[in-house]
Amino acid sequence: MTSAEKPILLDVNGLTVSFATDRGMVRAVRDVSFSVREGEILSIVGESGSGKSVTLLSLLGLHDRKTTRVEGMVSFRGRGILDLSPGELRSIRGREIGLISQDPMTALNPVYTIGWQIAEQIRAHEKISARAARKRAVELLGEVGLSNPQEAVDRYPHQLSGGMRQRAVIAMALSCNPALLVADEPTTALDVTVQAQVLDLLLRLRKDFGSAIILITHDMGVVSEVADRVAVMYAGRIVERGETEAMFASPLHPYSWGLMGSIPPLTGPRLARLKSIPGMPPTPDRIGEGCGFAPRCAFARSACLERPPLRKIGTQAALCILEEPERAALRRTVLSAEEFA
Amino acid sequence: MMPSDRSNPVSAAPEAFGLSPSSPAPLMSARSLVKTFTVGRTMKPGSGRTLHAVDNISLDVFPAETLGLVGESGSGKSTLGRCLTRLYDINGGTLSFEGTDITKADARALKPVRRKVQMIFQDPSASLNPRRRVRDVLAEVLKVHRIREGAGIEDRLGELMDLVGLRREYLDRYPHEFSGGQRQRIGIARALAVEPKLIVADEPVSALDVSVQAQIVNLFSDLRERLDLTYVFIAHDLAVVRQVSSRVAVMYLGSIVETGETDALYARPSHPYTQALLSAIPQPHNRGRRDRILLSGEIPSPLDPPAGCKFSTRCPQAQDICRQVRPVLSAISAERQVACHFPLG
Repeated sequence: MTSAEKPILLDVNGLTVSFATDRGMVRAVRDVSFSVREGEILSIVGESGSGKSVTLLSLLGLHDRKTTRVEGMVSFRGRGILDLSPGELRSIRGREIGLISQDPMTALNPVYTIGWQIAEQIRAHEKISARAARKRAVELLGEVGLSNPQEAVDRYPHQLSGGMRQRAVIAMALSCNPALLVADEPTTALDVTVQAQVLDLLLRLRKDFGSAIILITHDMGVVSEVADRVAVMYAGRIVERGETEAMFASPLHPYSWGLMGSIPPLTGPRLARLKSIPGMPPTPDRIGEGCGFAPRCAFARSACLERPPLRKIGTQAALCILEEPERAALRRTVLSAEEFA
Repeated sequence: MMPSDRSNPVSAAPEAFGLSPSSPAPLMSARSLVKTFTVGRTMKPGSGRTLHAVDNISLDVFPAETLGLVGESGSGKSTLGRCLTRLYDINGGTLSFEGTDITKADARALKPVRRKVQMIFQDPSASLNPRRRVRDVLAEVLKVHRIREGAGIEDRLGELMDLVGLRREYLDRYPHEFSGGQRQRIGIARALAVEPKLIVADEPVSALDVSVQAQIVNLFSDLRERLDLTYVFIAHDLAVVRQVSSRVAVMYLGSIVETGETDALYARPSHPYTQALLSAIPQPHNRGRRDRILLSGEIPSPLDPPAGCKFSTRCPQAQDICRQVRPVLSAISAERQVACHFPLG
């Protein structure tokens, strides 16, 4: 069965997140919609401040309820989860949805052993003896590729290397066999050779356990490596989404073009200059209704001051006024190879 | 990268340590450089252990080249950069700049060197004083080195802002009023203020978002062309290093394991570590067209480096000799040096 036929696990519809600030309500995430099917890897890619982490935290109910307003519909296995009480959400988080954060040192408690922390999570969700939970912890540490799990289980976080800590956090996220793993920049703090190991592990988890994964990253290379589908965020909106293959072959949104042109290639001819995007991303309080990227877009026109339309082509969709064949012609001007050194 | 740079005999760096008669004298030259730190020292005399952050490194930096220094965390690349600029005292070996030995030079002797060798740091907000305006930060450099006086200072401040692509009005702003990319431009302007010959840039773009990173990478290329600069460009991002460098040195646990001309080294790495490092990078431009070599484990602690070749514990090709005898960096072709008993063909 291909992933397109599998049932939808998480469905996000019109998610909008606003924060109360000194200058009134600021919308950090605007009308974001996406879905994740069972066993699928969706990558949300964006630069700092694009709203990718806020999206994730708010749909997991990890935002500050006093200062944050979350609107829209989020359903997990057909059940709306935005209106659940903190207690009800807690029974889903950890058991059905596992979270892997960027910095394993802050995700782990420095004064307890790795094994204790994994066992604690298991026992929070399942009626199981301390001994059995510990045994599970050892098994999990072995599954995520720690070479000596019997020994690692009694180690404190500071006694492990960065890569081993991130594996321990992944083991913890896996402890209740969640249907969905949510990973926020899981490899950003790691060296490339270790990043390769962790990405390999994520792919293996999907294969062996059928876990769906939402992977948040700023690294287009990581996206291309592991994701089935991609959502590109900019200034609080998903500006482009589609299947990974199609998106890398022919990205639709000028921001995606800029992102790809900004990354120096590792093989082939070198570029004389990188195709950087001028200016910088806006802060959330400076975004109007129009296209958030328009101030930096070489192809912006007066219509871009209005809310951009969603245009679909095959499996892809983009929030941009451009249409074929003009879009393809403009893309060639940005991503053509003629300016190689 | 300018085509002229790559045809330049200088960037090809022939023979071990550039001793070829055809190449010009190196701008900076390190021989058997050693930098150690003592860790875990207590009040007890003789306590603590010695960490070799830079372990017997020899390298030359030639005029007008960009030498990329790459490696993972703990490889010693930043420490080497700080030794080259003499921000660190050196524990062994020699360092010379324009033929003058500066290994032991004191602050007074270093002052003229500082006019010619400057450093750019990773985190521009940590390297700029938050209480001082851009104008004061830049003017101080000019005054200390007596580069301009009176009205000349104002002219030079304007020139510097133009060079790094910032508006002149921004001179009266404080560092916190800028974005990360703009702050890095200020860091670059400060380094340029003394009209240096050599700039050592330590991870200058790694704290920036991709779209802004590309702007700063382009700025580095433009400035080199306009001002005839020489760079030592330190970064963990191999794609960025490839974009800016004419020659690359790959570091692992305090040693250089391979150096060579950029395009050739990336196309045909000779050291198994270089090969594994390159293969580990996910590439958006080259989806699924690579054979990944998955290294096991992580970099060993520099406090306790493996015997023999330091990479032998993770090397897929390691033999017995690799675990016993440490290979030395030696030339395998006109442009390439590698420290390996079994370099890849």
